[in-house]
Amino acid sequence: MPSTQMIMYEEEYQKISSILDQLCQDAKSKACYLVDQNGQLIAQAGQTQGIDATSLASLTAGSIAATSGLAKLLGEQHFSVLFHEGKDQHIHLTSVGGQIILVVLFDQRSTIGLVRLRVKKYSQQLSQVFTLLEEKASNTSPSAQMGEITDDDIDSLFREDLDQLFRES
Amino acid sequence: MSFINYSSREINCKIVYYGPGLCGKTTNLQFIYNRTKPEAKGKMISLATETERTLFFDFLPLSLGDIRGFKTRFHLYTVPGQVFYDASRKLILKGVDGVVFVADSQRDREEANLESLDNLKQNLKEQGTSLDQVPHVIQYNKRDLPNVCSVLELRKSLNPTGVPDFEAVASQGDGVFETLKTIAKLVLVELRSSK
Repeated sequence: MPSTQMIMYEEEYQKISSILDQLCQDAKSKACYLVDQNGQLIAQAGQTQGIDATSLASLTAGSIAATSGLAKLLGEQHFSVLFHEGKDQHIHLTSVGGQIILVVLFDQRSTIGLVRLRVKKYSQQLSQVFTLLEEKASNTSPSAQMGEITDDDIDSLFREDLDQLFRES
Repeated sequence: MSFINYSSREINCKIVYYGPGLCGKTTNLQFIYNRTKPEAKGKMISLATETERTLFFDFLPLSLGDIRGFKTRFHLYTVPGQVFYDASRKLILKGVDGVVFVADSQRDREEANLESLDNLKQNLKEQGTSLDQVPHVIQYNKRDLPNVCSVLELRKSLNPTGVPDFEAVASQGDGVFETLKTIAKLVLVELRSSK
């Protein structure tokens, strides 16, 4: 363990960010997020100020996971789209390549039809980048990635810095 | 599944608190949340029933400082402990990097502890891994209550392989940070050494 690991490099991150920016514009959405299936935020675009992205990532992953569980229960391979309709804001969730969740937040400036159409187009592009990332990661061992970090570095984090974060109240 | 982001220089890891119903998993997270400086924590999310029993999960993001310019971020999750929520437990366990097994020290919870530990092993097996392969620690909680098993007894039944274990009274915070620090360290060491 860990048996699988995601590694994000600068080059791919820039590609992903630019695809998300483009999606956000073309879908006339408020914001777009890319989240891994374990609830970790990968990238975001659009009007993200004032939104707790960490919580959003964890909850959307939980939502997708629960929906996948339901699909399995019913004998479906997966439910590809999840849509939450609110009074003013709506969330469109899609699983990209089984590993990544694409979250599009939109309001009255866009429509579900437009969002679906654009998501379909840009999901393919995102999928390609993640395939590249997987290939890149499989050619490099995690220990090589973390090579610059020594056991002493880890020890020092737990020796000195940590107790300052946990204060008595 | 850990996530190393070279672009933002972050290491993200997932730690799951597992154990039988009412053993104190949520209490561990609440204590950590209440005693951690604001800059090191995000919002704590509890998806619970009206009677405050965990329905799906609790979630607490923590930043534990930098290692060589990498921010270390830990996402702490609890599972719902009640037996019938097994489908939810499986979902939350996906991609776990480290496990804290919280045992209830009370004598009448011995069987519940064992059942939950077996359930953890089974659910990890379904993910193609095993408890031996996942960094984990054990916390013997509720040491302040009467009618508790001795640590030796608990160790014998729950910790035959001798992983790090801690006595705790999570409601008062005893043992909570020791448990967290140890599992976080084990996860980082494993991440560094994994091939």
